[in-house]
Amino acid sequence: MKKSVIFGALTVAGLAAGAAAAGTLDDVKARGKLNCGVTTGLVGFAAPDANGEWDGFDVGVCRAVAAAVLGDPKAVEFVPTTGKTRFTALASGEIDMLARNTTWTFSRDVDLKFTFVGVNYYDGQGFMVPKELGVSSAKELDGATVCIQTGTTTELNLADFFRSNNISYEPVPIETNAEAQQQYLAGACDVYTTDASGLAATRATFEDPSAHVLLPEIISKEPLGPLVRHGDDNWGDVVRWTLNALITAEELGVTSANIGEMAAGTNNPEVNRLLGTEGTLGEMLGLSADWGKNALMAGGNYGELFEGNIGESTPIGLARGLNAQWTDGGLIYSPPFR
Amino acid sequence: MAGPDKNSIAFVATEVIPESPPPARETGIVKWGRENLFSSIPNGILTLVSLWLIYVILSSTLPWILNGVWTTSSLAECREVLAGKTGACFSVLTERWNQLLYGFKYPTDAYWRPNLAFVLMLVAIAPVLFFDLPRKMLVFTALYPFVAFWLIWGGTIMAPVVALLGFVIAGAFFQKFGRSNFALGFFGGAVIALIVWSIGGALIPEGASENAVLSAVPSRDLGGFMLNMMLGLTCVSLSIPLGIALALGRQSNMPLIKGICVVFIEFVRGVPLITLLFVASVMLSYFFPPESTVDLFLRVVIMITMFSAAYIAEVIRGGLAALPKGQYEAADSLGLDYAQAMRLIILPQALKISIPGIVNVAVGLFKDTTLVSVISMFDLVGMIRGPILASTEWNGVYWELLGFAALLFFVVCYSISQYSQWLERKLHKGH
Repeated sequence: MKKSVIFGALTVAGLAAGAAAAGTLDDVKARGKLNCGVTTGLVGFAAPDANGEWDGFDVGVCRAVAAAVLGDPKAVEFVPTTGKTRFTALASGEIDMLARNTTWTFSRDVDLKFTFVGVNYYDGQGFMVPKELGVSSAKELDGATVCIQTGTTTELNLADFFRSNNISYEPVPIETNAEAQQQYLAGACDVYTTDASGLAATRATFEDPSAHVLLPEIISKEPLGPLVRHGDDNWGDVVRWTLNALITAEELGVTSANIGEMAAGTNNPEVNRLLGTEGTLGEMLGLSADWGKNALMAGGNYGELFEGNIGESTPIGLARGLNAQWTDGGLIYSPPFR
Repeated sequence: MAGPDKNSIAFVATEVIPESPPPARETGIVKWGRENLFSSIPNGILTLVSLWLIYVILSSTLPWILNGVWTTSSLAECREVLAGKTGACFSVLTERWNQLLYGFKYPTDAYWRPNLAFVLMLVAIAPVLFFDLPRKMLVFTALYPFVAFWLIWGGTIMAPVVALLGFVIAGAFFQKFGRSNFALGFFGGAVIALIVWSIGGALIPEGASENAVLSAVPSRDLGGFMLNMMLGLTCVSLSIPLGIALALGRQSNMPLIKGICVVFIEFVRGVPLITLLFVASVMLSYFFPPESTVDLFLRVVIMITMFSAAYIAEVIRGGLAALPKGQYEAADSLGLDYAQAMRLIILPQALKISIPGIVNVAVGLFKDTTLVSVISMFDLVGMIRGPILASTEWNGVYWELLGFAALLFFVVCYSISQYSQWLERKLHKGH
């Protein structure tokens, strides 16, 4: 028994040492493929289409990183993970990065030993009610029955919200989003609460979406972003600045449509640095000079990814809201490329 | 008839009265209905209630099924076509048919390979299920696992050939030495097989799979109902022999073997399958370096096999315990050694008694294969819950997809149960 513990500890120590010694960036380059962890399927964020090609907002981040590192947005091995397997897959080295609408929290960052490299979607818990209920604010929900997924942070947030507003509710515990949709439509509960993006996606699948409204209150903070393992800062930088490149490109007006012209050289030095025609930013990251250009060619800038996958023109129809550029009153903000 | 008292009878019928039809209430459907449906007032009420229930169910499902839409490319289009009428959106089945059967990553141009493997599976399994077929077909059954492996996973043909070679050489060794000394034959055979596999594995050139006739498909790309079938079939066929060995081991007089078997069975039975699956998918990846993990499919097969073997062992132990002690003593008095007694007298009877229990475990195991969806393998249920319901086109289609999955599973499980009933009748010897 003692011995096996020692061997186990040795193995873990050996693995940790191995992971720290060989950089993930070199591994990815040697492999020629990026192993990117995604969800097993979430509308708009990641799902394979009828041909088995992965598509979605989180998938766009994976493809941008693959394009930045390897020059090919298709050089990604998508590893589907569930809520239960995602962290072990990352910690064990099965995947190089995780882009799976994962909330950035203290304990995940500090205790689980991951590094969140940024936020690609600011989510928060919201409420959906049938229009005929005539409710315009969550504070009018006194005595309502609420469909709520058990064992999630949303359950705790809900209890806090109702207690602090001195109103009562009756929870209807449900297990999955699919079950919630059925219960809600069948009238088993007056209100359905989960992340606002999830509510919007759910509403989009209803026969008559206009008969349901999302209430304006957002009662929790759910910053979702890609993450990597602790201890490999070079790789963390690559993923972080790829995400920042997508954000900065939108701010500077670089799109997949005009990137050809822009890459020929512009009067804006930051655009030039981003696209690699000026400065040595790529070299500093250990990438080629045109890494930013490649990342942008993969699926467009942040705004294009948003509009194409979850934006108002898609069935999901999410407004930019908090996820607008800081110049438009949102929270999406990238440090400068200098 | 012509007798002396002929004239004392006023009238004698000279011909047979023609048969009249039975009373209307004693014939045909009326009689059947009276006897089976309305034999008493409570039964009559039950019949009426059942008829009403059947009507209610059919009147709500039939329009839904018959009015179904099969050709649109998204749920929104389905709703447009139906324009408010009730109707199913079966288009999701037609559009995602291949994904439901093979998963979303199996190469499209290689679908014939699992199809062929499925047909061959029927051929290979036939002589095992039906004893009247020529015994020579068992040769193909023995070869089938290697053929199926090569067809489904592709890659170099050398891998299955080397695996087969190891088994053949070990089997030959066992034939030669196992007769006189079982332990020598068994363990010697195992060592020889390992040697053959390691030498053979070293001889296969690196990258042999890249230019193989059949392109290699990694386990991660398997999915759909194919994955359920593969897991179910592999695990059932591995766990029955393992279960027999465990059941016999548990009855052994040798304390070490008995102890190992008891601990194994009790431990595995005391742990939920989903825990074992998590260990297989999550924990083991901590213990192996990222490059040299054991294949996920293999890990899952090992865990499910262990799980069902423990249950089957207990079922067979029940069969062994049900045999009268006289059977064991009779075998001893004939001078048979342990292996002979088990093979010729005890196991045939014990297994016959255990058939319903074994089938029960097999059906349960087959349905349990859907649990792999929680460790992000895309079996039929995993495909439905994950990629298909998460696509923007089909988010919101539940009844059609899950009903289809239920139908597929029902067909397979019902066939298994029908086969086992046929087998029980066939083996019934009237004593």
